[in-house]
This record gives sequence, structure tokens and C-alpha cells, in this order.
Amino acid sequence: MSIWTRVANVFRTGDVNREIDEELQAHLDAAIEEGRDPAEARKALGPSLKHRDEAHDARVVAWLDSLRADSVYGWRRLMKSKATSAAAVLSLGLAIGACTAAFRLVDALLWRPLPIASPHEIYEVNTVGVGFDGKPEIGNHWSYPAFALLRDAVRGDAELISDSSADSQDVQFNGNADTEKVYVQYVLGSMFPTFGLRPAAGRLLNPGDDDVPDAHALAVISDQYWKRRFARDPHAVGSMFQFGGRSFEIIGIVEPPFTGTEPGKMVDVFLPVTMNPYVKAPSLSFLHIFSRVKSGTAMATLRDKLQAAAHAFFVEQLGRMPGLQEQMKQAFLNRDVALTPAPAGSSYFQTANRRPLSALFVLSLLVLLIACANVANLVTAQTAARERELALRVSIGGGRRRLVQLVLAESAWIGAAAAVLGAAFSSWAAPRVVAMINPADDPARLALPADWRVLGFLIAATFLMTALFGLAPALRAASIDPASALKGGEDPHARRRAMHGLIALQVGCCVFVVFTAGLFVMTFQRLAHKPTGFSSNRILAISATASQPRPAQAWRNALQDLARQSGVASAALAGWPLLDGTNWVNSVALPGGPPSQLFAHALKVSPGWAATMRIPILEGRDVNWNDVNPGSALVNESFAKAFFDGADPVGKTFMHPSSDATPPSFTVVGLLKDACYAELRQCAVPTAYFPFTDAETPGGTPHGAPKGSKFATFIVKTESENPLAVAQALRLELARVAPDLHIMRIRTQREVNAAQTIHERLLSTLATFFAAVAILLAVVGLYGVLNYSVVRRRREIGIRMAVGAQPASIARAVIARVFAMVLCGAVAGVVVGMVSACSFEALFYEVKATDATALITPAVAILIAAMLAAVPAVIRAVRIDPVILLRAE
Amino acid sequence: MGKTDGMQGSLDLLVLKTLRREGRLHGYAIMSAIRERSGDVLRVEEGSLYPALHRMEEASWVRAEWVTKDSGRRARVYELTAKGKKQLETEEPKWQAVAKAVSRVLREA
Repeated sequence: MSIWTRVANVFRTGDVNREIDEELQAHLDAAIEEGRDPAEARKALGPSLKHRDEAHDARVVAWLDSLRADSVYGWRRLMKSKATSAAAVLSLGLAIGACTAAFRLVDALLWRPLPIASPHEIYEVNTVGVGFDGKPEIGNHWSYPAFALLRDAVRGDAELISDSSADSQDVQFNGNADTEKVYVQYVLGSMFPTFGLRPAAGRLLNPGDDDVPDAHALAVISDQYWKRRFARDPHAVGSMFQFGGRSFEIIGIVEPPFTGTEPGKMVDVFLPVTMNPYVKAPSLSFLHIFSRVKSGTAMATLRDKLQAAAHAFFVEQLGRMPGLQEQMKQAFLNRDVALTPAPAGSSYFQTANRRPLSALFVLSLLVLLIACANVANLVTAQTAARERELALRVSIGGGRRRLVQLVLAESAWIGAAAAVLGAAFSSWAAPRVVAMINPADDPARLALPADWRVLGFLIAATFLMTALFGLAPALRAASIDPASALKGGEDPHARRRAMHGLIALQVGCCVFVVFTAGLFVMTFQRLAHKPTGFSSNRILAISATASQPRPAQAWRNALQDLARQSGVASAALAGWPLLDGTNWVNSVALPGGPPSQLFAHALKVSPGWAATMRIPILEGRDVNWNDVNPGSALVNESFAKAFFDGADPVGKTFMHPSSDATPPSFTVVGLLKDACYAELRQCAVPTAYFPFTDAETPGGTPHGAPKGSKFATFIVKTESENPLAVAQALRLELARVAPDLHIMRIRTQREVNAAQTIHERLLSTLATFFAAVAILLAVVGLYGVLNYSVVRRRREIGIRMAVGAQPASIARAVIARVFAMVLCGAVAGVVVGMVSACSFEALFYEVKATDATALITPAVAILIAAMLAAVPAVIRAVRIDPVILLRAE
Repeated sequence: MGKTDGMQGSLDLLVLKTLRREGRLHGYAIMSAIRERSGDVLRVEEGSLYPALHRMEEASWVRAEWVTKDSGRRARVYELTAKGKKQLETEEPKWQAVAKAVSRVLREA
């Protein structure tokens, strides 16, 4: 009989038994037909039950049959206590779902190899050294001339390719009418063959497109964009679009699922790097460099060659940077080249989210552990309740291995149901968390495929979790001593000790999670409520770009038109909104002095900007439109402190030495109160504000470029509380008076500020969620254990009461040991939390792990939780009526 | 299941041989055939026949099938498989050798 038939027979044992009976009956019939005595024939054949048993073993796979039987039995037992089972499945499902969701995010962002040929041969070329600020710095941006040098240095040893960061840009199909936002990335044409990518239609860029700058107005689009924009129309190949004042032709579609090398962004349009306007500029570093290194290549040699080429470039580069201090020069030159494995690509998004997501992953794992401890206690209690049944099984010859299987089968059902629930929860939660990572108008774009990696994690986690909560009770069940169990005299403390250990573990994890969550929440609260030094109330920021630099007068005209619109209280211009993360820094020199080591931040502003932003002018006056020659500037308090020793800076002059060989000098006309510049975490930074003029401003215009600015942000103070109410009217008005302007983004200043704390908000929201789940689980777990111990000890309690024990002492007896465990767990959790908080320090702001609030909150929370959990058990204990109980026994 | 020794081995051998000779038979017929062939000397223990048949079925020496008899009743008939034939071919000479050796010993005594 084939194994398959025997496996199949496992699931039709009824039929198999019937067949055996039928065969034996046929035998008897034949015997009787032959004239034999029915009784004699039946006796000769032997008892049919024995036959059935023996034949059964031959026809079905015995172990599978027993597994089936135990599974069915386990399922029935779960169904018998639906509420308890549902609670177990729900808590585990929630925990494993959260874990899987966190895994999916971390995997998609940090671990998943790029969908290219041999991703493990891909390395990123970085610089490791000390930045101008004296802090360790890892750089991963290079200019195209630097890249060309490096590529030539290792030609033959390794293939080097480069690509820019993907940015959201405006492109137009069919002229200006059809502007849309797409993610554009400049790539080296040879990237496609190096990555082993194939076209889904048309052709891809190739090394032939890398030779002459500005000569290959070609584009390759991603499959996703092809689907989204063209509905996979093959005629997309050959269509034209406008970008940056040029016409590009789409020559092909890259096969899915490749969407660039930056997890967190999905590229829609790939352009040849030779089409980038800055491709010839040696000082504009906008490219990542990747290297494909065949296995067996001597990495050290390769690195040395790259190092030599990079050093030569640094030396040459230094010649173009006058006015640097010796210390900075050395730092600049002494940077080392490093080859970092980058099978998963490289992006700012990875760097920024590595720690927050890892922290969330750890928290979710702890919640899973808590849930496991809960269910372990539940299964232990249930196994204890069926001690007699198990003992009976052992004494009539059921193997102990079978007992393990019996108890594990029940756990496996819980685990499997939780896994299904968890999978559903994670596919609901993961995209929502991704949506929370970035501001709504610039969403993170992260592919979250549900493939074998995710399935593998889910299955592995389920097995591990089932083993965690199921194995201990199962083994304990197997080691049962039937003689003492049937007498009811088993050591009643052994099981309780195990459960108490689990309670300590659970409380420890719970306190850790609550403690860490508290730190995240405090960080968020401190940052969100931090004084910014300006007013975000009713401020609308309209960021606009022009394809050609616009003279100051043109910006001024547009601004004055906006200021006249109804609903506008006041309006001003700035290079960009405060706190939008843009940094512009330069060193500063006083007349006759050396360039400063400390950098000052800078921002171009129009007259009235400080008033619109409600930043007080402490001394002097605001800039005005006529402040052209000599240049005038506003500085903030930190600037005055850093460069003028805190003296009144009005009337003093300073220079920006690195911007030009003959540095322009600026006269300070006003002193502003400190306001946050680019980041909430650094608010008191030296900052200089320069007026919007056509005059030379530091670093503002490349040499020889037309005067004026290509971009600026209109800062509008509205009369209505909701600044977005006038947004559409202002957008239309701008399109009317300044048709050459593209509106990039319209945001309220509040949105800009909120984007600053987006990681903190994410962390505090999710950590709070985890903390709430952890406490809930702890309450349920504590309740279960206390209740169980009261049930187990009701005889003892009854006797105590019969001999005159007071309710208070009964309550004490019930809860004393459990509360000792809670205390142990809480102390351990806080200690581990304080130690591990050090590794998360970068995520905290003005929050110390030794903060009293941070320490007391989880302790109080767990204490309240424990008391809540203890109430029903205590009530149950003191209500025990010794008379009824002892009579029943 | 490859081991066949003692009386159990002989029962297996008898069943296999009978099936080889007679083709498809149900349990009772196998028993009857062995009894007739042996001149009413060998009587198969009825209680051991079905366990033996089921064991041999599990070892894939025989194959079983339900057939409907003329009387309308169902019967489970057994037939030899290729594997069973091979088993018979290896076991039969062994048995012959043992039987011969035993009779030689008995003669000399």
C-alpha cells in the first residue's frame, strides 16, 4: 500500500474501520456458507476489535493518525473555552502582527537586496573622516569629475557607476498645460548593463549615452510609472516630455521591479547623468558611487587605488577653496575612502530611519514575548486543570511523547490562528506606518511585497513563539507522576513557581516597553512644544521656482501683488521656510581676521520677513529693498555672541570668505532674536539674514550666472485662522502675475514644523501603542495567574478561614508572592531600560534615562495594572465559604 | 517487514505462493486453497490470516481491491504485486533449502 494511501487513510479512519469489519464479516459469511457453526467460526477468527486495531496500524500512518486525533482533540478543547482561546489568539495575533509589520518595514528599507543581478557584489564608495565641524562624518556624495577620476583609476578591476538622489520634479507632457510631479534620478548609462537590467519595452540607457555632456536628451521610465501614466501603452516609447527647459524622449521602460537604488523613494524617470546641468562642476557633489566588485577581487588593492585617486581630487579641489583654516584643510584631505557593502542600495531615508525602525522592531519583539508569556501561563493553567486526565492517559499506557504532542497540538492551534490574524494585521498596519514616516505631501515610497521573506519570517516567528509558550507546559505535562497526580497530591508549588517566573519576565518586558515609550513620548513632547522663536500662526509658505534666475525686482512685484490680495495680512519672501530642513552654511570672517572655524547659517529674506514671522528686532532696523551697496544683513543673537563677543553688532561688518576670491562684505543693520533655523534640535545657531537683492550674495549665484534667484518662498500671513483657505486664490493670482513661476509646494508653517518631529511623532505614537498593549497583556496575565492560584489553593484558603484567618491576611497570602515577582520584574525592566536607552540616545531630545518622570511612570503604571488585576482574585479568595468548600471536598 | 522467519514466514510464503498460483482471491478462499493444496494438513490460523494479509499489503507484496460478487456482496480480493513476486522468488528457495536440510537431519537420525 502506498504511503499516500496510508496518509489519505488518516483522514478517513471511519471508512477504514468499516472496511475491516466488512472484510471480517465476509469471511464469517463464507465460513457459514461452508456449513461451519457460526459461533465456532467467530471464535476461530478472534475478537474483531483486535483485528481492527492491527489492520488499522497497517493501513494508516500511525504517527500522522495520532497527530490528527490530537489536533482534533486540541481544537475541541479550545472551542470549549472560546473566550480564553480568543483572548490568547487575539493577543498573540496582535503581537505577531506588529512584529511582522515592523519586520516588513525594516526588511524593505534596510535588508532586502536590490532587484538586480548579484546584488551582493555591490559596494558603495564612501568617505570616512572628520567634517568641518570636527565631528566624525561619513560622506557618500561625489561630483561627476570626482567620479570620472575614480572610475578611470580602477578600470579593469571593478565597474563603477553613479547616480544622483531621486527628487520630486515637475515635468510637462504636451506643453505647460500638463505639469506633473515625478521622481527623477540622474544615472550613469552603464548602470543598466552593470546591474544586469533588461528593458520591458524599447531600450535602456547604455555606456554610449555617457560620453558627451548635454547631448543625450533621453529618458528611461520605470515600469510603475509606465503603468501609472501610460497604462502600459507601448506607444509611451518615443513620447516626449519637457524638463528643466529641455525636451526629453522616452526610449524605453526598465523591467520591474527595479525603481532605483534608494529604498524609500521610487524613481519614475531615469535621465543620463550627462544631462545634469552640474555634471562639469567639480565642487557640486550630488552623486552616489556604487562599485560592482567581482568575488575574488582584492578589496584592499581596489580601495587603495580609489584612495589615491580620491586624494588627488581632494588636493585639486582644495585649490578652489580659498580661506579655509589649516585644520579644515587637513580634515578635508585626510578623508579615507571606504567600500561599504550596499546590496540593499543606499539612501538618506535608510540612514534617517534605521534607528527609529530598529527601536520599533525591538519593542514589537518584546510585546510578542509578553504575549507568549501570557499564553504560556494560560496553557500551564489549563494543563494543570486536566492533570487527572493526563495522569489517567499515562497509567493506561499512553506514551509520554504522546502527552507532549497532545499539549503542543493545542498550542499549535493557537499559534496558527494567531499567525493568520497577525498576517492580516501586518498587511493592514505596515502601509499605514510607511505613510506616517514622511510628511503627507512627500510620502515615503517603499515597496512592501508579501513574498517568501515575509512568509518565512512569519512562519519562523510562529514556530518560535509556539515553542516558547507551548513547550514548557507540554514537557511539564509529560513528566507527570500518575500515582501522585491521581491522588491529587502533586507538589502544588512547582507549577506556580514556573508561572511566577514568567510573571517576572512579563512585567520586566512590560516595564521596559513602557519606560522606553515614555522616553519617546517625552522627546516628542519637548520637541513639539519647544519655542521656535517665531510664530507659525496663520503662516502660509508658497515655494516657487523659475527656470531662469529672476531679478529681485520681479520677485518684489509678485510679492507686492500677493500682499494686496484679500485675506492676506502681510507677506514677505525668504529663500525657504524656516525649519524645512534646508541648510546653507558658510564660514565668516571679520575685517582683517581669518575665516572662522564655526560656520554661520544664512538665509535670504525680504523686508518685512522678520515682522511677518514675528521675530523681534532687538537692535537696529529691518533690511530694505535699497540695501544694495554695500550689502546689509540682519544677524541673530547667537551670531552676535559667536562673532562679536555679544556686543551690539549693528554697524559692524563681516565677510563670507569662501564664496569668492574678493569676498563681499556686509554691514549689520539689525539684531534679531534667535529663531530655529533648519532643525528643531538646533535652535540657537549663529544665523545671518541677507536681503533679497541682485547684489552678490554668499554662495548664492554660481560664477557668471545671471543675477537673481531661481527659487524663493512667499511667506504669507493670512487673516483667517486656516491659512490654506486662501491658498488656491493665491496660487491662481501668482500664475496670473508671474506665469514664469512654478509653484512647487504650498504648506502651512505648522505643517513645516510638524515635519520636523515626524520621526518622534511616529516613535511616540507606535511606542505608546506598544506600551498600551504591553500593559493590557500584563493585566490579563496577572489576572490569570492570580485567579489560577486562588483556584488551586482554595482548599488551603478554606481551611485557613475555617481556623479564623482574617480576609486581609487571606488577601495578603494570595497576592504577596505575585507582587514580589512584579517588583522584581519592574526593577529588572527599568535597569535594562536605562542601560539600553544609551544605545537609543540619538533618538532622544533633552530626555535622560535617569529622568524621574521617566522612571516613575512605568512603575506606577505597572503597579496600578497589578492592583486592577488582583482585585477579582482577592474578592474570589475572601468569598470562599469554608463550609461549602470543605463539604464538597 | 523484510524479515520472514519462523512460522510467520511460512504463512507469508504460503499466502504468496497461493496467490501466485490462483490469481486473485479473497481471505477465506486463500485459507481454503492452502488447506486443500496441503491435503487438509495445513490449517491456517484464521485469527492470524488477516493481520498477515494486512501486513503484506502494507509492505506492498499484495494489493487489495473490493469486488462485488455475483451474490451482490462485496469481497476484498488480494493479488500479488511485482514486489510480492520478487519476495516469493527469494524466499521460496530459502525455504526449500531449509526444508531439505531439516529432512536430511531427520533421515540421518
